[in-house]
Amino acid sequence: MPTRRRALLILATLVLLALASLWAALAVGSIPLTTRDILAALLGQDSPGADIICELRLPRALAGFACGGLLALAGALMQVLLRNPLADPYILGISGGAGVGALFAILVGLPLLGVDALAFVGALGAMLLVFGLAHGDGSWTQTRLLLTGVIVAAGCGALVALMLAIAPDDRLRGMLFWLMGDLGQAGGAWPPLVALVVALALAMPFARELNLLARGLMQAQSLGVAVDRLRYAIYLLASLATAASVTTAGSIGFIGLVVPHLVRLATGNDQRLLLPASALAGGALLMLADTLARSLIAPQQLPVGVLTALIGVPVFLFLLSRQVK
Amino acid sequence: MSAPLLTAKGLAVEIGGRCVTRALDLRIEAGQRLAILGRNGAGKSTLLATLAGLRLPTTGSIELGGTAYAALSSREAALRRAWLGQVQADPFGSTVLETALTGRHPHLGRWDWETTRDAELARSALAAVGLAGLERRQIHTLSGGERQRLAIATLLAQAAPLYLLDEPLAHLDLNHQMAVLELFSGAARDCGAGVVMVLHDPALAHRFCDEALLIDGDGHCELGAVDAILTAEKLSALYGYPLRQFADGSRRSFVPS
Repeated sequence: MPTRRRALLILATLVLLALASLWAALAVGSIPLTTRDILAALLGQDSPGADIICELRLPRALAGFACGGLLALAGALMQVLLRNPLADPYILGISGGAGVGALFAILVGLPLLGVDALAFVGALGAMLLVFGLAHGDGSWTQTRLLLTGVIVAAGCGALVALMLAIAPDDRLRGMLFWLMGDLGQAGGAWPPLVALVVALALAMPFARELNLLARGLMQAQSLGVAVDRLRYAIYLLASLATAASVTTAGSIGFIGLVVPHLVRLATGNDQRLLLPASALAGGALLMLADTLARSLIAPQQLPVGVLTALIGVPVFLFLLSRQVK
Repeated sequence: MSAPLLTAKGLAVEIGGRCVTRALDLRIEAGQRLAILGRNGAGKSTLLATLAGLRLPTTGSIELGGTAYAALSSREAALRRAWLGQVQADPFGSTVLETALTGRHPHLGRWDWETTRDAELARSALAAVGLAGLERRQIHTLSGGERQRLAIATLLAQAAPLYLLDEPLAHLDLNHQMAVLELFSGAARDCGAGVVMVLHDPALAHRFCDEALLIDGDGHCELGAVDAILTAEKLSALYGYPLRQFADGSRRSFVPS
Protein backbone atom coordinates (compact mmCIF):
# COMPACT_ATOMS: atom_id res chain seq x y z
CA MET A 1 0.00 0.00 0.00
CA PRO A 2 1.46 3.34 -0.95
CA THR A 3 1.10 5.87 1.82
CA ARG A 4 -0.27 9.27 0.97
CA ARG A 5 3.20 10.75 1.29
CA ARG A 6 4.79 8.26 -1.07
CA ALA A 7 1.95 8.84 -3.55
CA LEU A 8 2.56 12.59 -3.50
CA LEU A 9 6.27 12.01 -3.97
CA ILE A 10 5.70 9.83 -7.02
CA LEU A 11 3.23 12.31 -8.46
CA ALA A 12 5.69 15.18 -7.91
CA THR A 13 8.34 13.20 -9.79
CA LEU A 14 5.93 12.64 -12.65
CA VAL A 15 5.08 16.33 -12.74
CA LEU A 16 8.79 17.05 -13.16
CA LEU A 17 8.95 14.45 -15.92
CA ALA A 18 6.00 16.07 -17.66
CA LEU A 19 7.64 19.49 -17.37
CA ALA A 20 10.85 18.11 -18.87
CA SER A 21 8.81 16.67 -21.73
CA LEU A 22 7.13 20.02 -22.18
CA TRP A 23 10.48 21.76 -22.28
CA ALA A 24 11.69 19.33 -24.95
CA ALA A 25 8.51 19.87 -26.94
CA LEU A 26 9.03 23.63 -26.86
CA ALA A 27 12.79 23.65 -27.50
CA VAL A 28 13.16 21.03 -30.22
CA GLY A 29 12.18 21.63 -33.81
CA SER A 30 13.38 22.92 -37.14
CA ILE A 31 14.28 26.16 -35.34
CA PRO A 32 15.90 25.14 -32.01
CA LEU A 33 15.14 27.52 -29.17
CA THR A 34 17.01 28.13 -25.93
CA THR A 35 15.53 27.89 -22.48
CA ARG A 36 15.75 31.67 -22.17
CA ASP A 37 13.74 32.15 -25.37
CA ILE A 38 11.12 29.71 -24.11
CA LEU A 39 10.78 31.39 -20.74
CA ALA A 40 10.58 34.82 -22.32
CA ALA A 41 7.90 33.68 -24.74
CA LEU A 42 5.88 31.98 -22.00
CA LEU A 43 6.05 35.16 -19.90
CA GLY A 44 4.63 37.12 -22.81
CA GLN A 45 7.82 39.03 -23.60
CA ASP A 46 8.91 39.71 -27.12
CA SER A 47 11.62 37.21 -28.02
CA PRO A 48 12.93 35.56 -31.18
CA GLY A 49 10.79 32.46 -31.02
CA ALA A 50 7.71 33.87 -29.31
CA ASP A 51 5.39 33.20 -32.23
CA ILE A 52 6.67 29.69 -32.77
CA ILE A 53 6.20 28.88 -29.10
CA CYS A 54 2.83 30.45 -28.51
CA GLU A 55 1.18 29.72 -31.86
CA LEU A 56 2.65 26.35 -32.77
CA ARG A 57 4.61 24.38 -30.24
CA LEU A 58 2.83 25.19 -26.98
CA PRO A 59 -0.73 24.43 -28.16
CA ARG A 60 0.47 21.23 -29.82
CA ALA A 61 2.44 20.14 -26.75
CA LEU A 62 -0.48 20.85 -24.42
CA ALA A 63 -2.91 19.05 -26.72
CA GLY A 64 -0.49 16.13 -26.72
CA PHE A 65 -0.28 16.14 -22.93
CA ALA A 66 -4.04 16.27 -22.61
CA CYS A 67 -4.66 13.47 -25.12
CA GLY A 68 -1.99 11.26 -23.61
CA GLY A 69 -3.43 11.86 -20.15
CA LEU A 70 -6.99 11.17 -21.29
CA LEU A 71 -5.99 7.95 -23.05
CA ALA A 72 -3.97 6.63 -20.12
CA LEU A 73 -6.74 7.53 -17.67
CA ALA A 74 -9.40 5.93 -19.87
CA GLY A 75 -7.23 2.85 -20.27
CA ALA A 76 -6.76 2.47 -16.53
CA LEU A 77 -10.52 2.85 -15.99
CA MET A 78 -11.40 0.34 -18.74
CA GLN A 79 -8.98 -2.21 -17.27
CA VAL A 80 -10.77 -1.97 -13.95
CA LEU A 81 -14.26 -1.88 -15.47
CA LEU A 82 -13.64 -4.99 -17.55
CA ARG A 83 -11.27 -6.50 -14.97
CA ASN A 84 -9.06 -7.30 -17.90
CA PRO A 85 -5.42 -6.26 -18.14
CA LEU A 86 -5.68 -6.30 -21.94
CA ALA A 87 -8.41 -3.68 -22.07
CA ASP A 88 -7.57 -0.32 -23.62
CA PRO A 89 -9.64 2.80 -24.32
CA TYR A 90 -10.44 1.57 -27.82
CA ILE A 91 -11.51 -1.94 -26.93
CA LEU A 92 -15.19 -1.06 -26.73
CA GLY A 93 -15.33 0.52 -30.15
CA ILE A 94 -15.04 4.20 -29.23
CA SER A 95 -12.16 4.85 -31.62
CA GLY A 96 -13.82 2.71 -34.28
CA GLY A 97 -16.93 4.88 -34.14
CA ALA A 98 -14.84 8.04 -34.16
CA GLY A 99 -12.83 6.67 -37.09
CA VAL A 100 -15.96 6.05 -39.13
CA GLY A 101 -17.13 9.60 -38.42
CA ALA A 102 -13.78 11.23 -39.11
CA LEU A 103 -13.00 9.30 -42.27
CA PHE A 104 -16.45 9.98 -43.63
CA ALA A 105 -15.89 13.67 -43.00
CA ILE A 106 -12.52 13.57 -44.76
CA LEU A 107 -14.00 11.54 -47.60
CA VAL A 108 -16.71 14.09 -48.33
CA GLY A 109 -14.22 16.93 -47.88
CA LEU A 110 -15.43 18.59 -44.69
CA PRO A 111 -13.10 21.11 -43.03
CA LEU A 112 -11.14 20.25 -39.87
CA LEU A 113 -13.94 21.31 -37.56
CA GLY A 114 -16.33 19.01 -39.41
CA VAL A 115 -13.89 16.11 -39.05
CA ASP A 116 -13.66 16.71 -35.30
CA ALA A 117 -17.41 17.03 -34.97
CA LEU A 118 -18.18 13.86 -36.89
CA ALA A 119 -15.44 11.98 -35.02
CA PHE A 120 -17.06 12.95 -31.73
CA VAL A 121 -20.51 12.01 -33.01
CA GLY A 122 -19.13 8.66 -34.17
CA ALA A 123 -17.50 8.03 -30.79
CA LEU A 124 -20.73 8.85 -28.95
CA GLY A 125 -22.69 6.69 -31.38
CA ALA A 126 -20.43 3.70 -30.75
CA MET A 127 -20.59 4.27 -27.00
CA LEU A 128 -24.40 4.37 -26.94
CA LEU A 129 -24.65 1.39 -29.29
CA VAL A 130 -22.36 -0.75 -27.15
CA PHE A 131 -24.10 0.37 -23.97
CA GLY A 132 -27.54 -0.35 -25.37
CA LEU A 133 -26.62 -3.77 -26.75
CA ALA A 134 -24.59 -4.87 -23.74
CA HIS A 135 -27.29 -3.72 -21.37
CA GLY A 136 -30.04 -5.26 -23.48
CA ASP A 137 -30.96 -8.20 -21.28
CA GLY A 138 -30.18 -6.36 -18.06
CA SER A 139 -27.20 -8.56 -17.24
CA TRP A 140 -24.52 -6.04 -18.20
CA THR A 141 -21.76 -8.50 -17.44
CA GLN A 142 -18.13 -7.88 -18.20
CA THR A 143 -18.02 -10.61 -20.82
CA ARG A 144 -21.11 -9.32 -22.58
CA LEU A 145 -19.82 -5.76 -22.52
CA LEU A 146 -16.43 -6.84 -23.83
CA LEU A 147 -17.88 -9.00 -26.61
CA THR A 148 -20.34 -6.32 -27.69
CA GLY A 149 -17.59 -3.71 -27.75
CA VAL A 150 -15.21 -5.90 -29.72
CA ILE A 151 -17.90 -6.73 -32.28
CA VAL A 152 -18.94 -3.10 -32.70
CA ALA A 153 -15.25 -2.17 -33.07
CA ALA A 154 -14.87 -4.86 -35.73
CA GLY A 155 -17.89 -3.50 -37.59
CA CYS A 156 -16.44 0.00 -37.46
CA GLY A 157 -13.12 -1.38 -38.68
CA ALA A 158 -14.85 -2.82 -41.73
CA LEU A 159 -16.51 0.53 -42.50
CA VAL A 160 -13.14 2.26 -42.11
CA ALA A 161 -11.50 -0.20 -44.50
CA LEU A 162 -14.35 0.32 -46.95
CA MET A 163 -13.88 4.10 -46.92
CA LEU A 164 -10.11 3.74 -47.31
CA ALA A 165 -10.70 1.50 -50.32
CA ILE A 166 -12.99 3.91 -52.14
CA ALA A 167 -11.22 7.13 -51.09
CA PRO A 168 -9.48 9.18 -53.78
CA ASP A 169 -5.68 9.19 -53.54
CA ASP A 170 -5.32 12.79 -52.40
CA ARG A 171 -7.43 12.15 -49.32
CA LEU A 172 -5.82 8.85 -48.39
CA ARG A 173 -2.81 10.30 -46.61
CA GLY A 174 -4.96 12.47 -44.33
CA MET A 175 -7.10 9.46 -43.52
CA LEU A 176 -4.12 7.28 -42.68
CA PHE A 177 -2.63 9.95 -40.45
CA TRP A 178 -5.93 10.34 -38.66
CA LEU A 179 -6.10 6.58 -38.10
CA MET A 180 -2.57 6.38 -36.76
CA GLY A 181 -3.01 9.45 -34.59
CA ASP A 182 -1.65 12.87 -35.45
CA LEU A 183 -1.36 15.90 -33.22
CA GLY A 184 -0.58 18.18 -36.16
CA GLN A 185 -4.29 18.47 -36.78
CA ALA A 186 -5.22 19.18 -33.19
CA GLY A 187 -7.42 22.25 -33.01
CA GLY A 188 -7.14 24.00 -29.66
CA ALA A 189 -5.44 22.57 -26.62
CA TRP A 190 -8.09 23.79 -24.21
CA PRO A 191 -10.97 21.36 -24.87
CA PRO A 192 -8.90 18.20 -24.20
CA LEU A 193 -7.11 19.85 -21.25
CA VAL A 194 -10.40 20.76 -19.64
CA ALA A 195 -11.69 17.27 -20.39
CA LEU A 196 -8.64 15.75 -18.69
CA VAL A 197 -9.00 17.86 -15.55
CA VAL A 198 -12.75 17.18 -15.33
CA ALA A 199 -12.33 13.44 -15.95
CA LEU A 200 -9.64 13.12 -13.32
CA ALA A 201 -11.62 15.19 -10.83
CA LEU A 202 -14.66 12.94 -11.39
CA ALA A 203 -12.70 9.70 -11.14
CA MET A 204 -10.56 10.44 -8.09
CA PRO A 205 -13.32 10.41 -5.45
CA PHE A 206 -14.10 6.83 -6.50
CA ALA A 207 -10.51 5.63 -6.67
CA ARG A 208 -10.65 3.43 -3.57
CA GLU A 209 -13.96 1.93 -4.71
CA LEU A 210 -12.28 1.12 -8.03
CA ASN A 211 -9.63 -0.81 -6.11
CA LEU A 212 -12.41 -3.02 -4.80
CA LEU A 213 -14.17 -3.25 -8.15
CA ALA A 214 -10.98 -4.67 -9.64
CA ARG A 215 -11.27 -7.54 -7.16
CA GLY A 216 -14.72 -8.60 -8.25
CA LEU A 217 -18.27 -7.29 -8.39
CA MET A 218 -19.78 -9.25 -5.51
CA GLN A 219 -16.68 -8.68 -3.44
CA ALA A 220 -16.89 -4.92 -4.01
CA GLN A 221 -20.63 -4.86 -3.36
CA SER A 222 -20.25 -6.72 -0.07
CA LEU A 223 -17.58 -4.25 1.04
CA GLY A 224 -19.88 -1.31 0.50
CA VAL A 225 -19.49 -0.23 -3.12
CA ALA A 226 -22.64 0.67 -5.05
CA VAL A 227 -21.36 -1.47 -7.91
CA ASP A 228 -24.01 -0.89 -10.59
CA ARG A 229 -23.94 2.88 -10.34
CA LEU A 230 -20.15 2.96 -10.23
CA ARG A 231 -19.84 0.80 -13.35
CA TYR A 232 -22.20 2.97 -15.36
CA ALA A 233 -20.33 6.07 -14.26
CA ILE A 234 -16.93 4.60 -15.10
CA TYR A 235 -18.11 3.40 -18.49
CA LEU A 236 -19.44 6.84 -19.36
CA LEU A 237 -16.38 8.61 -18.01
CA ALA A 238 -13.85 6.39 -19.78
CA SER A 239 -15.80 6.57 -23.02
CA LEU A 240 -16.11 10.35 -22.96
CA ALA A 241 -12.43 10.75 -22.08
CA THR A 242 -11.51 8.53 -25.01
CA ALA A 243 -13.88 10.42 -27.30
CA ALA A 244 -12.32 13.74 -26.27
CA SER A 245 -8.84 12.47 -27.08
CA VAL A 246 -9.76 10.73 -30.32
CA THR A 247 -11.60 13.80 -31.53
CA THR A 248 -8.53 15.94 -30.89
CA ALA A 249 -5.78 13.77 -32.26
CA GLY A 250 -7.14 10.67 -33.95
CA SER A 251 -6.71 7.19 -32.60
CA ILE A 252 -3.27 7.22 -31.06
CA GLY A 253 -2.60 3.66 -30.06
CA PHE A 254 -0.64 2.08 -27.28
CA ILE A 255 -0.72 4.86 -24.66
CA GLY A 256 -4.03 3.75 -23.19
CA LEU A 257 -2.99 0.12 -22.96
CA VAL A 258 0.58 0.37 -21.82
CA VAL A 259 0.90 3.47 -19.65
CA PRO A 260 -1.40 2.11 -16.91
CA HIS A 261 0.65 -1.10 -16.93
CA LEU A 262 3.91 0.82 -16.80
CA VAL A 263 2.67 2.78 -13.81
CA ARG A 264 1.27 -0.37 -12.21
CA LEU A 265 4.60 -2.15 -12.54
CA ALA A 266 6.39 0.81 -11.01
CA THR A 267 3.99 1.82 -8.23
CA GLY A 268 1.45 -0.94 -7.60
CA ASN A 269 -2.24 -1.12 -8.33
CA ASP A 270 -3.76 1.43 -5.97
CA GLN A 271 -6.08 3.48 -8.18
CA ARG A 272 -5.67 6.52 -5.94
CA LEU A 273 -2.12 6.71 -7.21
CA LEU A 274 -2.54 4.86 -10.49
CA LEU A 275 -5.14 7.20 -12.00
CA PRO A 276 -3.32 10.53 -11.58
CA ALA A 277 0.07 8.93 -12.21
CA SER A 278 -1.18 7.34 -15.44
CA ALA A 279 -2.60 10.67 -16.59
CA LEU A 280 0.72 12.42 -15.95
CA ALA A 281 2.86 9.66 -17.44
CA GLY A 282 0.60 9.29 -20.48
CA GLY A 283 0.71 13.02 -21.09
CA ALA A 284 4.48 13.16 -20.72
CA LEU A 285 5.01 10.16 -22.99
CA LEU A 286 2.76 11.51 -25.73
CA MET A 287 4.42 14.97 -25.65
CA LEU A 288 7.80 13.29 -25.95
CA ALA A 289 6.67 10.99 -28.74
CA ASP A 290 5.14 13.88 -30.64
CA THR A 291 8.32 15.92 -30.34
CA LEU A 292 10.25 13.01 -31.82
CA ALA A 293 7.58 12.44 -34.46
CA ARG A 294 7.95 15.95 -35.85
CA SER A 295 11.72 16.25 -35.51
CA LEU A 296 13.27 12.84 -36.24
CA ILE A 297 13.15 13.09 -40.02
CA ALA A 298 12.11 16.75 -40.24
CA PRO A 299 10.72 18.41 -42.22
CA GLN A 300 8.71 15.26 -42.80
CA GLN A 301 6.41 14.34 -39.89
CA LEU A 302 5.73 10.85 -38.65
CA PRO A 303 2.38 9.80 -37.19
CA VAL A 304 2.82 9.99 -33.42
CA GLY A 305 1.11 6.62 -32.91
CA VAL A 306 4.12 4.93 -34.51
CA LEU A 307 6.45 6.66 -32.04
CA THR A 308 4.39 5.90 -28.94
CA ALA A 309 4.62 2.23 -29.81
CA LEU A 310 8.31 2.40 -30.68
CA ILE A 311 9.14 4.03 -27.33
CA GLY A 312 6.65 2.12 -25.25
CA VAL A 313 7.26 -1.45 -26.40
CA PRO A 314 10.90 -1.75 -25.29
CA VAL A 315 10.27 0.11 -22.03
CA PHE A 316 7.33 -2.11 -21.26
CA LEU A 317 9.17 -5.32 -22.11
CA PHE A 318 12.09 -4.23 -19.95
CA LEU A 319 9.86 -3.58 -16.94
CA LEU A 320 8.00 -6.82 -17.49
CA SER A 321 11.18 -8.92 -17.63
CA ARG A 322 12.48 -7.21 -14.51
CA GLN A 323 9.22 -7.98 -12.69
CA VAL A 324 9.36 -11.71 -13.37
CA LYS A 325 12.56 -12.27 -11.42
CA MET B 1 -28.73 -2.92 18.63
CA SER B 2 -31.61 -4.74 20.24
CA ALA B 3 -33.09 -5.90 16.92
CA PRO B 4 -31.76 -9.25 15.66
CA LEU B 5 -28.64 -9.01 13.48
CA LEU B 6 -30.55 -10.60 10.62
CA THR B 7 -34.24 -11.22 10.05
CA ALA B 8 -35.71 -12.89 7.00
CA LYS B 9 -39.48 -13.25 6.62
CA GLY B 10 -41.33 -15.26 4.01
CA LEU B 11 -38.18 -15.50 1.96
CA ALA B 12 -38.51 -17.09 -1.49
CA VAL B 13 -35.29 -17.52 -3.44
CA GLU B 14 -35.00 -18.87 -6.98
CA ILE B 15 -32.13 -19.33 -9.35
CA GLY B 16 -32.26 -20.55 -12.92
CA GLY B 17 -35.94 -21.45 -12.59
CA ARG B 18 -35.16 -23.58 -9.55
CA CYS B 19 -36.69 -22.89 -6.17
CA VAL B 20 -34.23 -22.78 -3.26
CA THR B 21 -36.60 -21.70 -0.52
CA ARG B 22 -40.34 -20.98 -0.65
CA ALA B 23 -41.17 -19.17 2.56
CA LEU B 24 -38.20 -19.16 4.89
CA ASP B 25 -38.31 -17.37 8.21
CA LEU B 26 -34.95 -16.83 9.83
CA ARG B 27 -33.57 -14.83 12.75
CA ILE B 28 -29.95 -14.49 13.71
CA GLU B 29 -29.42 -13.00 17.15
CA ALA B 30 -26.12 -11.81 18.56
CA GLY B 31 -23.90 -14.75 19.42
CA GLN B 32 -25.94 -17.20 17.35
CA ARG B 33 -24.34 -19.62 14.87
CA LEU B 34 -26.24 -21.19 11.99
CA ALA B 35 -25.00 -23.85 9.58
CA ILE B 36 -26.48 -24.25 6.10
CA LEU B 37 -26.17 -27.73 4.65
CA GLY B 38 -27.33 -29.28 1.41
CA ARG B 39 -26.21 -31.04 -1.73
CA ASN B 40 -24.19 -29.35 -4.46
CA GLY B 41 -26.43 -27.06 -6.46
CA ALA B 42 -29.15 -26.98 -3.81
CA GLY B 43 -28.81 -23.20 -3.65
CA LYS B 44 -26.83 -22.67 -0.45
CA SER B 45 -24.60 -19.99 -1.95
CA THR B 46 -27.56 -18.34 -3.64
CA LEU B 47 -29.42 -18.18 -0.35
CA LEU B 48 -26.37 -16.80 1.43
CA ALA B 49 -25.80 -14.12 -1.25
CA THR B 50 -29.47 -13.18 -0.92
CA LEU B 51 -29.12 -12.89 2.84
CA ALA B 52 -26.06 -10.71 2.22
CA GLY B 53 -28.15 -8.40 0.03
CA LEU B 54 -26.08 -9.18 -3.06
CA ARG B 55 -29.06 -10.48 -5.02
CA LEU B 56 -32.75 -9.85 -4.69
CA PRO B 57 -35.14 -12.45 -3.28
CA THR B 58 -38.19 -13.37 -5.35
CA THR B 59 -40.43 -12.42 -2.47
CA GLY B 60 -40.00 -11.78 1.22
CA SER B 61 -38.10 -9.28 3.30
CA ILE B 62 -34.63 -9.22 4.79
CA GLU B 63 -33.61 -6.85 7.53
CA LEU B 64 -30.19 -6.14 9.00
CA GLY B 65 -30.47 -4.99 12.58
CA GLY B 66 -34.08 -3.99 11.95
CA THR B 67 -33.50 -2.10 8.70
CA ALA B 68 -34.31 -3.46 5.25
CA TYR B 69 -31.51 -3.61 2.68
CA ALA B 70 -33.38 -1.18 0.46
CA ALA B 71 -33.11 1.45 3.18
CA LEU B 72 -29.38 0.90 3.68
CA SER B 73 -26.62 2.22 1.49
CA SER B 74 -24.06 -0.34 0.33
CA ARG B 75 -21.63 1.10 2.81
CA GLU B 76 -24.03 0.96 5.76
CA ALA B 77 -24.80 -2.64 4.86
CA ALA B 78 -21.07 -3.38 4.78
CA LEU B 79 -20.77 -2.10 8.35
CA ARG B 80 -23.49 -4.53 9.46
CA ARG B 81 -22.58 -7.72 7.65
CA ALA B 82 -19.49 -9.28 6.10
CA TRP B 83 -19.77 -11.82 3.30
CA LEU B 84 -17.22 -14.44 2.30
CA GLY B 85 -17.62 -15.55 -1.30
CA GLN B 86 -16.35 -18.69 -2.96
CA VAL B 87 -14.44 -17.31 -5.91
CA GLN B 88 -11.50 -14.98 -5.52
CA ALA B 89 -9.89 -14.10 -8.82
CA ASP B 90 -7.57 -11.14 -9.08
CA PRO B 91 -6.50 -10.18 -12.57
CA PHE B 92 -4.19 -7.53 -11.15
CA GLY B 93 -1.46 -8.04 -8.59
CA SER B 94 -1.77 -6.98 -4.98
CA THR B 95 0.00 -7.70 -1.74
CA VAL B 96 -1.44 -9.65 1.16
CA LEU B 97 -1.62 -6.57 3.39
CA GLU B 98 -3.31 -4.45 0.69
CA THR B 99 -5.89 -7.17 0.26
CA ALA B 100 -6.61 -7.44 3.97
CA LEU B 101 -6.88 -3.64 4.13
CA THR B 102 -9.75 -3.67 1.63
CA GLY B 103 -11.84 -4.88 4.56
CA ARG B 104 -11.46 -1.43 6.11
CA HIS B 105 -13.14 0.25 3.14
CA PRO B 106 -16.58 0.79 4.68
CA HIS B 107 -14.97 2.38 7.75
CA LEU B 108 -13.13 5.03 5.73
CA GLY B 109 -14.46 8.28 4.32
CA ARG B 110 -14.23 9.05 0.62
CA TRP B 111 -10.92 10.88 0.84
CA ASP B 112 -9.42 8.95 3.75
CA TRP B 113 -6.35 6.82 3.36
CA GLU B 114 -5.82 3.80 5.57
CA THR B 115 -4.32 4.89 8.87
CA THR B 116 -1.73 3.05 10.91
CA ARG B 117 -4.63 1.85 13.07
CA ASP B 118 -6.26 0.29 10.01
CA ALA B 119 -2.95 -1.32 9.15
CA GLU B 120 -2.70 -2.67 12.70
CA LEU B 121 -6.20 -4.12 12.50
CA ALA B 122 -5.36 -5.73 9.17
CA ARG B 123 -2.11 -7.14 10.57
CA SER B 124 -3.81 -8.61 13.61
CA ALA B 125 -6.50 -10.10 11.34
CA LEU B 126 -3.74 -11.70 9.27
CA ALA B 127 -2.10 -12.98 12.44
CA ALA B 128 -5.43 -14.44 13.58
CA VAL B 129 -5.54 -16.69 10.51
CA GLY B 130 -1.84 -17.55 10.68
CA LEU B 131 -0.66 -15.30 7.88
CA ALA B 132 1.61 -13.08 9.98
CA GLY B 133 4.86 -12.38 8.18
CA LEU B 134 3.35 -12.73 4.70
CA GLU B 135 2.13 -9.12 4.52
CA ARG B 136 4.32 -8.15 1.59
CA ARG B 137 3.76 -11.30 -0.47
CA GLN B 138 1.96 -11.02 -3.81
CA ILE B 139 -1.39 -12.76 -3.56
CA HIS B 140 -0.87 -14.87 -6.69
CA THR B 141 2.06 -16.55 -4.95
CA LEU B 142 -0.23 -17.86 -2.18
CA SER B 143 -1.64 -21.36 -2.07
CA GLY B 144 -5.36 -21.98 -2.27
CA GLY B 145 -5.64 -22.42 1.48
CA GLU B 146 -3.64 -19.28 2.16
CA ARG B 147 -5.88 -17.35 -0.24
CA GLN B 148 -8.91 -18.60 1.66
CA ARG B 149 -7.40 -17.53 5.00
CA LEU B 150 -6.54 -14.14 3.50
CA ALA B 151 -10.18 -13.73 2.47
CA ILE B 152 -11.17 -14.56 6.06
CA ALA B 153 -8.65 -12.03 7.38
CA THR B 154 -10.19 -9.40 5.10
CA LEU B 155 -13.55 -10.27 6.62
CA LEU B 156 -12.18 -9.90 10.15
CA ALA B 157 -10.73 -6.51 9.25
CA GLN B 158 -14.19 -5.47 8.10
CA ALA B 159 -15.31 -6.05 11.70
CA ALA B 160 -19.02 -6.34 11.03
CA PRO B 161 -21.24 -7.94 13.70
CA LEU B 162 -22.66 -10.53 11.28
CA TYR B 163 -20.59 -13.00 9.27
CA LEU B 164 -22.08 -14.73 6.24
CA LEU B 165 -19.58 -17.40 5.21
CA ASP B 166 -19.87 -19.39 2.01
CA GLU B 167 -17.79 -22.53 2.54
CA PRO B 168 -15.27 -20.96 4.92
CA LEU B 169 -13.41 -24.29 5.11
CA ALA B 170 -12.78 -24.61 1.36
CA HIS B 171 -9.13 -25.43 0.57
CA LEU B 172 -8.18 -25.49 4.27
CA ASP B 173 -6.24 -28.32 5.89
CA LEU B 174 -7.65 -29.96 8.99
CA ASN B 175 -5.66 -27.82 11.38
CA HIS B 176 -6.83 -24.56 9.77
CA GLN B 177 -10.40 -25.84 9.45
CA MET B 178 -10.56 -26.17 13.20
CA ALA B 179 -8.76 -22.87 13.73
CA VAL B 180 -11.22 -21.00 11.51
CA LEU B 181 -14.25 -22.58 13.14
CA GLU B 182 -12.88 -21.82 16.59
CA LEU B 183 -12.15 -18.26 15.47
CA PHE B 184 -15.75 -17.61 14.42
CA SER B 185 -17.16 -19.51 17.40
CA GLY B 186 -15.01 -17.33 19.61
CA ALA B 187 -16.28 -14.20 17.86
CA ALA B 188 -19.84 -15.35 18.49
CA ARG B 189 -19.18 -16.25 22.13
CA ASP B 190 -16.97 -13.31 23.13
CA CYS B 191 -18.05 -10.49 20.84
CA GLY B 192 -21.67 -11.39 20.19
CA ALA B 193 -21.12 -11.88 16.48
CA GLY B 194 -23.74 -13.69 14.43
CA VAL B 195 -22.37 -16.39 12.14
CA VAL B 196 -24.08 -18.08 9.20
CA MET B 197 -21.94 -20.59 7.37
CA VAL B 198 -22.33 -23.01 4.54
CA LEU B 199 -20.66 -26.25 5.62
CA HIS B 200 -20.26 -29.69 4.11
CA ASP B 201 -19.36 -31.58 7.26
CA PRO B 202 -22.39 -32.26 9.49
CA ALA B 203 -20.17 -33.26 12.40
CA LEU B 204 -18.42 -29.89 12.39
CA ALA B 205 -21.79 -28.16 11.94
CA HIS B 206 -23.07 -30.01 15.00
CA ARG B 207 -20.02 -29.12 17.04
CA PHE B 208 -19.68 -25.44 16.07
CA CYS B 209 -23.23 -24.26 15.45
CA ASP B 210 -26.40 -23.78 17.45
CA GLU B 211 -28.84 -24.26 14.61
CA ALA B 212 -28.78 -25.86 11.20
CA LEU B 213 -30.74 -25.22 8.02
CA LEU B 214 -31.07 -28.15 5.64
CA ILE B 215 -31.82 -27.23 2.02
CA ASP B 216 -32.96 -30.09 -0.20
CA GLY B 217 -32.94 -28.13 -3.46
CA ASP B 218 -36.66 -28.49 -4.21
CA GLY B 219 -37.79 -25.54 -2.17
CA HIS B 220 -38.04 -27.49 1.10
CA CYS B 221 -36.01 -26.29 4.05
CA GLU B 222 -35.77 -27.53 7.57
CA LEU B 223 -34.50 -25.32 10.33
CA GLY B 224 -33.88 -26.31 13.92
CA ALA B 225 -31.44 -26.81 16.76
CA VAL B 226 -28.47 -28.94 15.72
CA ASP B 227 -29.29 -31.72 18.19
CA ALA B 228 -32.72 -32.17 16.71
CA ILE B 229 -31.92 -31.70 13.07
CA LEU B 230 -28.49 -33.19 12.48
CA THR B 231 -29.44 -36.84 12.71
CA ALA B 232 -28.43 -39.78 10.56
CA GLU B 233 -31.98 -40.14 9.29
CA LYS B 234 -32.40 -36.55 8.13
CA LEU B 235 -28.88 -36.26 6.75
CA SER B 236 -29.16 -39.53 4.83
CA ALA B 237 -32.27 -38.16 3.17
CA LEU B 238 -30.60 -34.77 2.57
CA TYR B 239 -27.51 -36.14 0.84
CA GLY B 240 -29.20 -39.16 -0.74
CA TYR B 241 -26.63 -41.50 0.80
CA PRO B 242 -27.04 -43.63 3.90
CA LEU B 243 -25.07 -42.29 6.89
CA ARG B 244 -24.41 -43.83 10.28
CA GLN B 245 -24.19 -41.69 13.36
CA PHE B 246 -21.70 -42.17 16.18
CA ALA B 247 -21.75 -40.35 19.47
CA ASP B 248 -18.69 -39.28 21.41
CA GLY B 249 -19.92 -37.58 24.55
CA SER B 250 -22.05 -34.70 23.35
CA ARG B 251 -20.38 -34.72 19.94
CA ARG B 252 -21.62 -36.53 16.89
CA SER B 253 -19.87 -37.87 13.86
CA PHE B 254 -21.38 -39.20 10.68
CA VAL B 255 -19.84 -41.92 8.53
CA PRO B 256 -21.08 -43.15 5.14
CA SER B 257 -22.34 -46.68 5.69
